[in-house]
Amino acid sequence: MGGYVLKRFLNAILLIFIASTVGYFLASATLSPRGNFENLNPPIPKETIDAILNTANANDEVPVTTRYVTWLGGVLRGDLGRDLDGGEVSSEFSRRVWVSMRLLVLGSLLGTSIGVLTGVVSAVRQYRPFDRGFSIFAYVLLSTPVFLLAILLKYGAITFNDAIGTQLLRTQGEYDARVALAGWSLVASRLQHLILPTLSIALGSMAFYSRYQRNSMLDVLGSDHLRTARAKGLTRRQALFRHGLRVAISPMATFFAYSFGLLVAGAAFTETIYGWYGMGQWFVASIGKNEINSVVLIVSFTAVLVLISGFIADVTLAILDPRVRRA
Amino acid sequence: MTTFDAAGAASAAPAGEERLSRARLIRRRFLRNRLALFGIAVIATMFFVAFVSPLFAPWNYYENDFTALLQGPSASHWFGTTQIGVDVFAQTMRGLQKSLIIGMLVAVFSTGLSALVGAFAGYVQGRADRVVMWVVDLLLVLPSFLVLVLLSRFYQTKNWLFLVFGLTVLDWMITARVVRGIAMSLRERDFVRAARYMGVPTSTIIVRHLLPNMASILIIAATLNVAGAILAETGLSYLGFGVQAPDVSLGTLIAEGTASALTYPWLFVFAGGILILTVLAFSFIGDGVRDAFDPGSARGGGRVE
Repeated sequence: MGGYVLKRFLNAILLIFIASTVGYFLASATLSPRGNFENLNPPIPKETIDAILNTANANDEVPVTTRYVTWLGGVLRGDLGRDLDGGEVSSEFSRRVWVSMRLLVLGSLLGTSIGVLTGVVSAVRQYRPFDRGFSIFAYVLLSTPVFLLAILLKYGAITFNDAIGTQLLRTQGEYDARVALAGWSLVASRLQHLILPTLSIALGSMAFYSRYQRNSMLDVLGSDHLRTARAKGLTRRQALFRHGLRVAISPMATFFAYSFGLLVAGAAFTETIYGWYGMGQWFVASIGKNEINSVVLIVSFTAVLVLISGFIADVTLAILDPRVRRA
Repeated sequence: MTTFDAAGAASAAPAGEERLSRARLIRRRFLRNRLALFGIAVIATMFFVAFVSPLFAPWNYYENDFTALLQGPSASHWFGTTQIGVDVFAQTMRGLQKSLIIGMLVAVFSTGLSALVGAFAGYVQGRADRVVMWVVDLLLVLPSFLVLVLLSRFYQTKNWLFLVFGLTVLDWMITARVVRGIAMSLRERDFVRAARYMGVPTSTIIVRHLLPNMASILIIAATLNVAGAILAETGLSYLGFGVQAPDVSLGTLIAEGTASALTYPWLFVFAGGILILTVLAFSFIGDGVRDAFDPGSARGGGRVE
């Protein structure tokens, strides 16, 4: 077991290394930081531009392999490089990462748990009013791209706020920055700002899991082993909970692992639309500003997140399915 | 050898007859599903309107009508006009064309790719499986949406087919993993084992025994992939990394209409509504096909009583 975990850990390190290397060369090939400083009025002397680019290790006159080695050496010493304004990429990262994690963890937990629950209920009550009603709701949600959902929620909330006369649901930023807040009023303000972005993330994944869970549960409901369980005298509820649910939930673990990357992409839209300065918004902004170091860091960080969620999924699968444990 | 061939031919004839009746059965089950028929009707209408209406419509998606700037829907501009007098109906139809073609191409290519790769890896196992799955893991670890955004610098100036290629290459891995899991369990089933011991080659087993037995999963995946591909394309375009001006996509239209969604709703509502309706219709079709293929899991027999 220990050997397996170690092997897996080393493989994860290797995958992250390759992912960040691919990310580095891709970003260096597609982004041109020099373009930010050329053709400005008044023009900046070439020496100044070179100096700026050299601080960020983004001078395109230095061969990309040399820059890569410099970057990698820095990373191994714990230095993630600088952006074109001269700031440390790592300090920007530590400021933004919690903004995104709050959104992602809360959104995916809510989405997954409610989705699985409603999926199971839908399957067990197939073609009853709950199943029909919720299926249509889930279908419409699944068909709505996250950016459209976020915009619709935003304008819906603005209309709602106007109707009730107070700004209950905030649509911009993480908290109210105009007034000094402390203690509970700060918490309340953060909550007011958190609701809509979290909903935008959670609703989509809830619909996703409820559809898959319903399909998977229906497959299990028709299976022989469940009929056997009923035949040996278990009640329908006992049979479902002891023998049905465990089998039906295990495919969701795999989906969870790899839909996390999708969630991160969804966060990019949500953060942009609601004015949250998180990782996703950072990525979009960094592409626009040709920030190679920031882009590579975000790509690598997302890779780490995907690997962690993959590990969580595998552990869950091993708990649920004894055949996997033995293999 | 001749006797074996004769026996094969004799047994093939009734099998062919049986397959035909199964196809008829599936078609009948599908046609009984009202939501699926609704989906077919919507998609057929969307295709027809998207590709035929521009031939007759009074305005083109790149023409400006300077007598009608930012006008609401009217007889001459069905969906209204933009700030610079471009007809929103013409733009929406152009965007719909792009989204439909890109979505369907990506779904077909990526599902096919994932079925073959996943079934192969799950069936042969051993070293080949480990290598394939390692590549899949690597591609999954690379955040595909971020990579697509980065790659957009390459294909922005080129043909939109590069966008199809990019979306396909980065969108088959999840389904491949699921398919592999199913192939691994099917591999140990008696009928597959029997085929293997009879000396049926691996490729035949995969195509004849494994893939048909996971048809329902593949079809659900394919439909969700159409939807997913349309959503990915419009998402990229929304952020400005997909279809590029002067061409339009439903994503770019929504992005442009967002700022004034409350005051000039027609800039935003039609593109958004058509996008949701199109994706919704594809989902209905997918579930209809699934129920038709696999009635045991979805209808009557599915209940434990």
